Amino acid sequence: MTAARLQVPPRIVEGDVFKLRLLVQHPMDSGFLRNLEGVLVKRNVIRQLKCIYHDMEVFRVEPTTGTAANPLFEFYLRATTSGELYFRWVDDKGYIGELRHNLVVIPANQSPAPKS
Amino acid sequence: MPRLCFLFSLSSTMQLRSVLSKSFFTAGLLCLSLFSHVSVMAQQRLLPLDKVQSGLAFTGPEILELQADDFANPALPYLDKGAKLWSQGAGKADKSCESCHGDINSSMKGVATRYPAIDKASKKLFNLEDRIRSCRTKQQKASDWPLESDELLAVSLYVTSASNGMPVQATIDGAAKPHFENGQKIFMTRQGQMNMACTQCHDQRYGIKLYTDRLSQGQPNAYPAYRIEWQRLASLERRLRFCYNGVRAEVPAWGHGVMRDISLYLMWRAQGLNIEVPSVRK
Repeated sequence: MTAARLQVPPRIVEGDVFKLRLLVQHPMDSGFLRNLEGVLVKRNVIRQLKCIYHDMEVFRVEPTTGTAANPLFEFYLRATTSGELYFRWVDDKGYIGELRHNLVVIPANQSPAPKS
Repeated sequence: MPRLCFLFSLSSTMQLRSVLSKSFFTAGLLCLSLFSHVSVMAQQRLLPLDKVQSGLAFTGPEILELQADDFANPALPYLDKGAKLWSQGAGKADKSCESCHGDINSSMKGVATRYPAIDKASKKLFNLEDRIRSCRTKQQKASDWPLESDELLAVSLYVTSASNGMPVQATIDGAAKPHFENGQKIFMTRQGQMNMACTQCHDQRYGIKLYTDRLSQGQPNAYPAYRIEWQRLASLERRLRFCYNGVRAEVPAWGHGVMRDISLYLMWRAQGLNIEVPSVRK
């Protein structure tokens, strides 16, 4: 399975610190468990996942067997300018997953004052 | 002094014995009353309708939060997958579910509330997964999906989601009656090395703790559910097998009719609850 979902706030203004949530669908087989037929399932976890924003690595995580299936990664970024967010992860089988998202950042001078 | 001690211990043993015999007596009475109950109760409810509660009432706040989260609910990717499979042609007939049944929100609305139901062709009690498998092999002429496979559960979840929020309504008369009665009988019968019946935990002791978790009423309205312990979507059958293991009883073979019978009884017992998917359970 290769699905991944990304959640960012609908409106991001330059300078904002915003939350990203990335849900990767992955079995995260620890290598210790048996399937329903009683056969040991080989270890297959995401080894490394990173996020690149403006050609710069802004987040990296190296999960191990202690992480549950379908992991949810939450982290914060400071918005500078619009650009591509690129996620890339690799698992024990060598599978490479990718997700690209075009981040739209509203420049600070164009942002109207928030209504109270 | 030693003499006194001896007297004391003797009297305490006697006391203990009398307490024990009393408790045996009450246990016997309880057993008797339980048995007489089983024979009379055609369709009597041991769990009154006003006490029926979804499994959500017994899970912790973390599970509630996870289920309510439109993004992080781990059952959601399965729902997407189900939607994809629903409209994807398969098999020699090269038909998709959609080419016969159309849009899920019109054709499948309320369908999941009526299962398990009798299949007219084979006269067997089918649950939703059985129905999907039969459709897949007979109508689509495609390869069978094994029980508990991601594909089967995903489509089952997708079909169930069309009945989301609708009350369960199982049919227990006609051809389904013997199945219902069998399910009811199993629910009331002690079995396994622990010698326990479903009713003892789920009718009489729900709400109290078993190890670290609270006992639920064993309601089936949220299945297929994403189970945290198994880290994947699971059918009601798998959950029932887990209970069989819990009381150390011999687990019926996969797809056994007994599991369908119990499911039918559970659906009748859950009257008043709504279908709630995509759901998360411990």
